[in-house]
Amino acid sequence: MNKQIKFYGGVKLDEGKMTSNEPIISAPLEPLYTVPLQQHIGAPAKAVVQKGDKVLRGQLLGEAGSFVSAPVHSPTSGTVRELSSCLGPAGAQLPAVVIESDGEDTAAEPLPIFANWQEASPDELKARVAEAGIVGMGGAAFPTAVKLSPPPNVTIDTVILNGVECEPCLTADHRLMLEHTETIITGARIIARILGVKQIIIAIEMNKPDALEMMTKKAEGTGVEVVGLRVLYPQGAEKQLIYTVTGRKVPSGKLPAHVGCLVTNVSSAAAIADAVCLGKPLYERITTVTGTPVAKPGNILCRVGTPYSSALALCGGVKEDPLKIISGGPMMGMSVYSLDIPIIKGTSGILLLAADEVSQYTPNACLRCGRCNDACPMEMIPGILSSTIEFHHFSLAERWHVMDCIECGCCSYVCPAGRPLVQHMRRAKAVANATRRAAEAASKK
Amino acid sequence: MIDIVMMTGTGVLLGLAIGLVVRYFGVPVNPLVESLNELMPGANCGGCGLAGCSDYANAMATGRAKPGLCPVMSAEAVAKCCELLGVESDTTEPKIAVVCCSGDDDHAAKQAFYNGVNDCLNAMLVAGGSKGCTYGCLGLGSCARACPFGAIEMLPNHLAKIHADLCTGCGKCYMACPRNVIKLVPRSAAKVHVYCNSPKKAPIKRTVCKAACIGCRKCAKTAGEGQIIMNGYLASINYDNPPAEGIVEVCPTKCLRKAD
Repeated sequence: MNKQIKFYGGVKLDEGKMTSNEPIISAPLEPLYTVPLQQHIGAPAKAVVQKGDKVLRGQLLGEAGSFVSAPVHSPTSGTVRELSSCLGPAGAQLPAVVIESDGEDTAAEPLPIFANWQEASPDELKARVAEAGIVGMGGAAFPTAVKLSPPPNVTIDTVILNGVECEPCLTADHRLMLEHTETIITGARIIARILGVKQIIIAIEMNKPDALEMMTKKAEGTGVEVVGLRVLYPQGAEKQLIYTVTGRKVPSGKLPAHVGCLVTNVSSAAAIADAVCLGKPLYERITTVTGTPVAKPGNILCRVGTPYSSALALCGGVKEDPLKIISGGPMMGMSVYSLDIPIIKGTSGILLLAADEVSQYTPNACLRCGRCNDACPMEMIPGILSSTIEFHHFSLAERWHVMDCIECGCCSYVCPAGRPLVQHMRRAKAVANATRRAAEAASKK
Repeated sequence: MIDIVMMTGTGVLLGLAIGLVVRYFGVPVNPLVESLNELMPGANCGGCGLAGCSDYANAMATGRAKPGLCPVMSAEAVAKCCELLGVESDTTEPKIAVVCCSGDDDHAAKQAFYNGVNDCLNAMLVAGGSKGCTYGCLGLGSCARACPFGAIEMLPNHLAKIHADLCTGCGKCYMACPRNVIKLVPRSAAKVHVYCNSPKKAPIKRTVCKAACIGCRKCAKTAGEGQIIMNGYLASINYDNPPAEGIVEVCPTKCLRKAD
């Protein structure tokens, strides 16, 4: 814990975590929930309900569409008003089920409870994780059950729970670690049971001493190790976290499983514990609503499908007009232009920025100062890559490992020329993915 | 005197060397490919589906491709190609690109202010772009930069305009547009177009764009049988059987317009 390895690059940020001491409050029932069927990476879920159907809380709305997919469950009881589409945080229209709440919030029959999960077989537990629709709740929303099925040729020996929350402003995981410490530890042990792993590490950044202390106290005697990590962005990124905690480096283009590690967010671990011990599918999450324009910033337990506007109203609305609304944190979040967007499984925060907090840059030519190279935690060359991409040399960018980019935003943050480096990377990645899909489609024919 | 002799001598020697190299190391070129190459437009736009003009000429000469795939070539040039190859003339219908959107800054609502990279795909990746309509032209000019013929003009109020006289129908813009606003239609039938791309219901469309097709079916009823097809809430021209130009009078939102 004392002599920690430091990952390459990274930046020191102003934390701005103003909601660290705000206890989690549960959001009241909404009259209308818009539940997107694609809340995760992979294929969208296939709707299993029809217009006019009566649904109960926790009932299945959509089943997993393919191997890399996750089912979606109803956040409350009520009637399916329509199957339509809604605007997602990434700006795309997502297929969605609109549920009109009946105000009674009747729970469906819970999934069978594992009274003694220590005895349950790993396959049963894994099936439950898939069934409960659990996804990575740090933001990327990768289906957890897929993550728990590593390729047959690798062995996983370490489970790392990510309680780093290096993203400024967000405190959802912090509050969860304080208020549901035992659930997280149970979740961690279930994951370890599924994978047959002995070593379980919960990593927490040093700027959350209360959470670190609480976790250490509760973890005593459970075989779970708690480590405090130095405060540096992006410490919570998967590959950087593995390197700091275990000293193993994930090779370019490979998954953490190739170095024997599995990283999952603390919220996901808590969701797994709830699914196994309480039979509760994932239909709610903690979201931080914060920013200077918010009247009473706080951490809210929202059901999936709650519109951003309701979460904001619960925090007292706005005291001044925000100039920018971000879904997620300031470094990796997505700008959104509407508050009608529903909260999904991956929504870790809603951040409002006032006019004087938003900087508007006019991008200039690259100065070749190399600060982005020093800041990039993936040891890439963002400046050179961005120029390449600007001139549409996408294949060259791919050869220079643009696909390794984790879009953490360190390069754009340090760039003195105000270049939108991450945006260029995102474009190259989108083009590379499209090219790959086209090639796959062509080879199938 | 000596310099003149030297220069002439060097010239003769080098000429001889070049001549010998050509004679003994020259790569034989199929004369057919050469003459086909001369007929090519030389734009290297890729509209034929091959890497460029010389690639297409090669493909034709070796029988991998048929003449007439090139959208840019004139009918005479295609006929000459067929003559050289000794095959039946088989031309494709010349096409033209149409930007199916009327949502310029005067008509379409803006929901957000975007100040990132000036490119449509980049804008799409940030919350879907700044315009309220998620089907319309983003107005950042990716198509105009992709056009090898300079046929697309970006109007100052952020809408792409295609100049029919310069457009060859190569399809580069069609490939570049992330919103699929640009359509390729047969040139001979390109008289009137529906300048709207949104399949949404009229009330939704109208809140974000004043020039959207509201799906009132007036045009479909006035036009002859099967000339205008309703695609849900969006009218679309049947380019195999296009309606007469007078039909544009009936459109209340003026999104059904004569080709500009």
